[in-house]
Amino acid sequence: MTPTTLQPALTFACHAGDVPSGEGRAVTIDGRRIAIFRTAAGWFAIDQACPHAGGPLADGIAADCSVICPLHERRFALDTGAPIGHDGPAVAAHRVEVRDDGRVFVELAPVVELPAAA
Amino acid sequence: MTITENRNGARGVVVVGGGIAGLAVCEALRERDTLTPITLVCAEPRLPYDRVRLSEILVSGATCESLELRPQEWFADHHVTPLLGRRVHTVDADAHTATLDDGTQLAYTQLVLATGSNPLLPPIPGIDLDHVHPFRGPEDCDAIREAAARIGSTGRAAVIGGGLLGLEAARGIASQGCPVTVVHLTDRLMERQLDGGSAGMLQDALADTDVQLNRSTREITTQGLTFADGDTLDAQLVVVSIGIKSETTLGRAAGCETNRGIVVDDALRTNLPDVYAVGECAEHRGMVWGLVAPILEQARACAAAIAGDLTAAYEGSIPATKLKVAGIDLYTVGDAEGDAQAVTADATTGVYRKLVLKEGRAAGAILLGDLRGSEALATMVRKRAEVPDPLDALVASLEAGPAEMADDTQVCNCNGVCKGDIMRAVTDEGAATPREAMAMTRAGMGCGSCKPLVIDIVQLAAGGEVVDEPAYLCPCKKQTREQLADEIRANGYESVSQVSEACGTGRDCGACKPALAYLVSEVNANRHREERHARYINDRVHGNIQKDGTFSVVPRMAGGVTTPSELRRIADVAEKYEIPLVKVTGGQRIDLLGVSKEDLPKVWEGLGMPSGYAYAKAVRTVKTCVGADFCRFGLADSMGLGVEIEKAWEGLHTPAKVKGGVSGCARNCAEATIKDIGLVAVGDDRWQVRVGGAAGGNVREADVLCTVDSRKEALRVCTTFLQLYREEAEYKERTYDWVPKVGLDYIRARVLEDEASAEALRERFRLAKAATVDPWLERAEPYHPNQFTDLAEPGDAMRELDVVGPPATGGR
Repeated sequence: MTPTTLQPALTFACHAGDVPSGEGRAVTIDGRRIAIFRTAAGWFAIDQACPHAGGPLADGIAADCSVICPLHERRFALDTGAPIGHDGPAVAAHRVEVRDDGRVFVELAPVVELPAAA
Repeated sequence: MTITENRNGARGVVVVGGGIAGLAVCEALRERDTLTPITLVCAEPRLPYDRVRLSEILVSGATCESLELRPQEWFADHHVTPLLGRRVHTVDADAHTATLDDGTQLAYTQLVLATGSNPLLPPIPGIDLDHVHPFRGPEDCDAIREAAARIGSTGRAAVIGGGLLGLEAARGIASQGCPVTVVHLTDRLMERQLDGGSAGMLQDALADTDVQLNRSTREITTQGLTFADGDTLDAQLVVVSIGIKSETTLGRAAGCETNRGIVVDDALRTNLPDVYAVGECAEHRGMVWGLVAPILEQARACAAAIAGDLTAAYEGSIPATKLKVAGIDLYTVGDAEGDAQAVTADATTGVYRKLVLKEGRAAGAILLGDLRGSEALATMVRKRAEVPDPLDALVASLEAGPAEMADDTQVCNCNGVCKGDIMRAVTDEGAATPREAMAMTRAGMGCGSCKPLVIDIVQLAAGGEVVDEPAYLCPCKKQTREQLADEIRANGYESVSQVSEACGTGRDCGACKPALAYLVSEVNANRHREERHARYINDRVHGNIQKDGTFSVVPRMAGGVTTPSELRRIADVAEKYEIPLVKVTGGQRIDLLGVSKEDLPKVWEGLGMPSGYAYAKAVRTVKTCVGADFCRFGLADSMGLGVEIEKAWEGLHTPAKVKGGVSGCARNCAEATIKDIGLVAVGDDRWQVRVGGAAGGNVREADVLCTVDSRKEALRVCTTFLQLYREEAEYKERTYDWVPKVGLDYIRARVLEDEASAEALRERFRLAKAATVDPWLERAEPYHPNQFTDLAEPGDAMRELDVVGPPATGGR
C-alpha cells in the first residue's frame, strides 16, 4: 500500500473527526505505528510504543500537551516526545498539519534507535 | 557445641528480650557506638513490636507487623543481629557466655537482661479454663477478640482488674459488640494513678462499661465468676489483668540477686559482673517500672554504663501516663495524693484537674477530660517546683500553650524530647514539616500521644507557616478533593472540562483527570456530562488493559453464581474469538484474557451478560460461600444475600475498587474478613458487618462495624457505609487505608448512630444507583465511531475521501 504523499515527507493520516477530542488514536504510516492526539492545545503525533515496555501511548491519558502511558504511567511531552518526570528515553515526535478540509497529515521524524527496554 | 562469636568474630553485647526495653538498649548503644556487635535474642518469633499499642489489635485487628518498632532494614543498617524465636537457656557469668535453647553459645562482653514480665494470674480455681485469657501478647489479643466477636451482644465478658490495662481490654471487648463488666478488687479504678474524685468521674464517663468495685473473685467457672461474698456474674469470656510479675527466671538461675525483680543499681548493673537488667524484669530502688518512659530512661543509662560512662545514672522516674480510656483523655504524673492540693471538677463536662503538693512543692497532677497544660504541670512536678498557690498554678496551666512552655519542658515522654530540641530541629537543622522534625528528634515516635503538641511547636518555630501537606487531588494545582467538590457544587459544574476551565486542574499533567471524572460523577449522582478523555483506557473501552495492549473481559456473575447457559455462551465466545486464556478469578468469576480492542463489542454481544467492572475503580464482586442451601454448616443464606448486595451495588464507581464477601458461618469460606465490606452470619439471621479489610499488597483484617439482627439491616448498613466511602475517601484510597484514617467511631456515628446522616447517605446512594447503565451496552451505541478502533491504515483509497465537509467536532 503506497502512502498518499503530498510533499516529500507529508503523509495523510486521518480525518479530524476520526479522533475523539482529548484522546489519541493509533495509525500505521509507512509501516510505523504512530499515535495521533487531539487536545485543547492542538494536534500532535508521537510513536505509539512507549519506550519503557511498549505500552500503547494512544490509549494513555492526554492532557493539553502530555500523555501518560496506560501501562506504567510514564509521561511524555506531546510536542517534543521528551520524558517528563522520569529519565527514560524520549519517543519520536512527528509534525502534524491539519488542513481546512479536516484532513490530518503527518511528517514522520527519523526512526529513534532505542536501547533495549529497561 | 559451637561457640558463636558475634559479627566480625568479636565478642559483643548480647541483649536478652525483644521487647520495648531490649530494643531501646540496642538503640541507645548504637547512639554511642556504631561498631560493637549487638545480638538481640527475641523469644517471640517476630521483631520487637510496640506492646503499649497492643490494644489496637484488640480493637481494630491491627497486626503485629503494623506495630513493629523498627523494620527489618533497621537491624541490618545498624548491625544489630536479631535472633527470633530463640531463648537464652543458661548464662555462665564467669565464662561470659550465654547458651541458647538450641545449644548455640554466644560469647558476650556485656549481657543485658530485658526479659520483661508475665501477667500475674491469681491462684484461684478455674484460672486454667479455656475461656480465661490473660491480656499480654498478640495471641491473647487475637483470642479475646475472636471470643468477644463470637459472643456478640447475646452474652457478656468479664475483665478482672480495673487498672490501666484492664480498662483497655474492656474497651477492646466492647468494640467487638460484646457487653463487658470490669470487676475490681479495691474501691476505685486505677488506684495507683487516680484519687477518689477522678476515679469516680472516670467511672461515670465509662457509662457503657459496667464496673463493679470491691469485688474479690473466689472462683472462675464455665458460667462466669463467683465472688468472695457468694455473688456470681455470668460471663462467657474472662480476661485477667491484675498486674505483672517480673520474669526473673534466667537472671536468678545465672546468680543475680532478685527480689520482685532483678535488683539493679543506678547504672542498671546486677550483682554479677557485666550483667545488666532493664525494664519490667528489673527492680530499681524497690520499684519495678512498667511504663515506657522510665524504661527508655533506664535503657539510656544502661547503654551509657556499658560504654563506660557512669555519669548518666538512672535515679528513678516520676511516673507519668497519658492515655485515652474509652475515648476520655487522662494524664497523670507523680503522686495522686499529698499534703495540699487544688482541684477543679465539673461533673457535667466530666473534667477533673488536680495539682498535688508536698511540703509546698509540686508532687503530682491528675488531668481528666481536659489535658491542657499537662506539659507545664509535669515540668513543675519533675522540678519539684515551689508552688505558692496551687489553684493559681492549676488555672494558669490552662493558658500554657507551646509559646509559654519553657525550652526544657519535656514534650515527648517516651523518647525524652524537650520543646527546645524540637524548636532547634526547625530553626537550626532545617526540618520543614512536623514529620521531618519528628524523624530528627524522635519526638512523637513512641506512643504518639504528643504528636498534636509537636505539630504546634514546629509551627511555632517556623512562625506558623508549616502544615503537613494535605492530600491533593490535583498535585500540580495543589487543590484538595474537598476544595474541588465545593467548587463543583457551588457552580453546578457537570463535566471535567468545566472544572478544568475554572480551576486549571487536569490541564498540565492530566494525572488528576480520572480523579476529577470520579468527583464530578459522584457529586452529580451520575447525572454528569461524561467525557471519556478524562477516563483511563479501561473506562473508555470497559476492559482491563494487558501488557500487550489487549484487554480482559469479565462478565458479571453476581455472588459467583452462574448457570449452564451462561457457561455455554462463555465457551462459545471463547472459541469463536480464539480467546487465548480463560481463567477463573479470585473473585469467583470468569476472565477472558487477550481480547483485542476491536473484538470487545462482539465478545460482549456474544456473552449477553452485563459488565463485571473488573477494570474499574468500582464495586467488583461479592464473594459468597454456598450458605444454607447445601452446606451442612451454613447458618444463613450467604449466597442469596451476596447476590442481592452485588446487584444492589452493580455499576457504581467508587474511589478505589471495592470487593465484598458474605460468609454463612464463622468458618468464613468467602473470606469476608479480608474484604472491603464483609458479612459473616453468626446465627438467628444475625450478621457481623466488617469493613476495611484487604488481602492485596497489604493484608488487613476488616474491622467489626457492628452486628445486626436481620439480612435487611445488613444490606442497609453495608450500603450506607459504601456511600460514605464513595463520598469521603480520596481517589485511589482503598477502604483499608480510609477506615483506619477516619476511625471506626466516625464511621459508626455517620452510618449507625446519626439516623438523619444515614438516611441522607442512602438517599444519595439511591440517586446515584438509579443513573447507572451497563457500559457494555455501548456495543450498540458507541460514544464515538472509533471508540473501539484504531485508525485505518491510509491507503490509495483514502485520497478519494478528501471532501468530507468541515472538521467534525469530535466526541461528545
